[in-house]
Amino acid sequence: MTHTPVAIRAEGLRKHYKEKRALDGFDLTVPKGMVYGLLGPNGAGKTTAVRILATLVRLDEGQAEVAGHDVVTQPRRVRQKIGFTGQYAAVDEVLTGRQNLRMFGRLFHLGAKRAARRADELLEQFDLVDAADKGLKEYSGGMRRRLDLAASMILAPEILFLDEPTTGLDPRGRNEVWQAIRALVTSGTTVLLTTQYLDEADQLAERIAVIDHGRVIADDAPAHLKSLIGGDRIEVVVHGADDIPAAATVVARVASGEPQIDEENRRLHAPVTDRVAALTEIARTLHDQGVAVEDIGLRRPTLDEVFLSFTGDRSEETAERAMGETVKEEAAV
Amino acid sequence: MTNQTLDMTSAAVPDVTDDSGEGMGQRLYWAMADCWTIVRRGLTHYVRQPSNIAWQLGFPIVAVLLFGYVFGSAMSVPGGGDYREYLMPGLFGMTMAMSFMNTAYLVVYDTAKGVTDRFRSMPMAPSAVVTGRGVSDLVGASLDLLVLAVMALIVGWRSDGGLLATLAAFALFLWLRFALIWVGIWLGLLVPNEEAAGSLFAVAFPFAMISSVFVSPALMPDWLGAIALWNPVSSTVTAARELFGNPAAVGDTWIEQHALLMAVVWPLVIMAVFLPLAVRRFQNLSR
Repeated sequence: MTHTPVAIRAEGLRKHYKEKRALDGFDLTVPKGMVYGLLGPNGAGKTTAVRILATLVRLDEGQAEVAGHDVVTQPRRVRQKIGFTGQYAAVDEVLTGRQNLRMFGRLFHLGAKRAARRADELLEQFDLVDAADKGLKEYSGGMRRRLDLAASMILAPEILFLDEPTTGLDPRGRNEVWQAIRALVTSGTTVLLTTQYLDEADQLAERIAVIDHGRVIADDAPAHLKSLIGGDRIEVVVHGADDIPAAATVVARVASGEPQIDEENRRLHAPVTDRVAALTEIARTLHDQGVAVEDIGLRRPTLDEVFLSFTGDRSEETAERAMGETVKEEAAV
Repeated sequence: MTNQTLDMTSAAVPDVTDDSGEGMGQRLYWAMADCWTIVRRGLTHYVRQPSNIAWQLGFPIVAVLLFGYVFGSAMSVPGGGDYREYLMPGLFGMTMAMSFMNTAYLVVYDTAKGVTDRFRSMPMAPSAVVTGRGVSDLVGASLDLLVLAVMALIVGWRSDGGLLATLAAFALFLWLRFALIWVGIWLGLLVPNEEAAGSLFAVAFPFAMISSVFVSPALMPDWLGAIALWNPVSSTVTAARELFGNPAAVGDTWIEQHALLMAVVWPLVIMAVFLPLAVRRFQNLSR
């Protein structure tokens, strides 16, 4: 433990706004050089946690260290080591991309010449050279976000906070931003990312903390989190309702648990241990028995399901509000 | 634990000025340097969007046409004198009085866009966020006055007070504007969004108008005239008229007789109230 370099450590953070508890015993340890995802519904406390760690908001109770400095007693030291990107692209809309980066560079106390040089480097790195001298009115959402990221990378910070970096972007913009984030990580930056998008956490994060009601309720690698609520499942859809009993017998023999049957959609699914063997075995047997199969496949639980299984009992309401669609899908399965 | 801390500091960002443990002189240097960087940003806005000035001056320019030429012939200055000579210093004052809305709008805009948070997450001098705004607005106000003065000269306004008195009059306008910057910053941090900042017009309009800007308070109903007389805008405008040697229509009330004094004192009073409010509001962002 002492030999794993730690980028962020938070212990027992509490923060309340009037009657509402935004953080309620929030603990987090983020190792260096990793993308760490904070996942949770609206109002779970993700943004408050990030804002406390980025020295923007004072904490009520607890202790937090970022890049080895205490956020309460040494905020300016922390600010020299971090980059922060909030929920909006925090750049000046009137200035050009280059003017923005030069201004922020000066405010990072680089001096005019080095600020200019750093701006050129970052425009190159974030693929904004062509748009460098255009006003931001001509930038797409993805380009603004990339400029925003570039601005938070001026000092090549050890730690980058990204609060919902792709909210409001179209799929293309999201992809651009994801690529930019991945490139940063290869250069060694530690990233703490909050998101409501489960696929975003899945795509980018090496490790995920699920937050609900102001505390971390699960904390693991995405694959692990998924296996916590059950491993792979096999799913078979038969052509006719008559075939369901026969198919159920076949699936039951190979699967590691009772098959669940959804009569209406002629769908059966069951947990399996050896995914590939199970798939081939079931497909062959069904074929041999003359059961007409419409679809057969393996699937892993999505992070949505992981999320619901963790937050579902305690905050059905919140989770439903945040992920209404997922809940509906889940009900249909 | 100790190991990690050491590990972190040894991996420090190379050769960036460490300004967290520096002395008073250095802190002051960076406070001014950062303020200047923010002011440059404001100036670059004027260069990139010169139309901004036109927008800010749209109302005073329309007012010159409307009051100077449309209603002007029906306007009379108590004690005599040319109405347009009387009007121009009033318009200078009105522009200063109303432009705290611009300050509020720009502050709200930066906060809503997250720019204020970005500044606060950076190792810059925190005071520069506020002082930079203040100085930029003062520069903007000077530009406004310059354009208005040129326009006033075109329509025949003249200052007969000599160079020093003329400059002193303009200084009084900027002094009022400077005090109102803090009102603007406070309001900008208070209102939730840009739309709400737009509705501040409902405050700015009567604040500027119920004064001696367009007509002498002596011509108003008593109760309204009293409000107009004690409006800080009136003191500044009346003092400027006297310094310019323009018709001032000064009555015999104490407040009118001491316009020059009050043109200095009123902004001090405004600042005494709103500067601490603005600073506290800014610090409360981290609540």
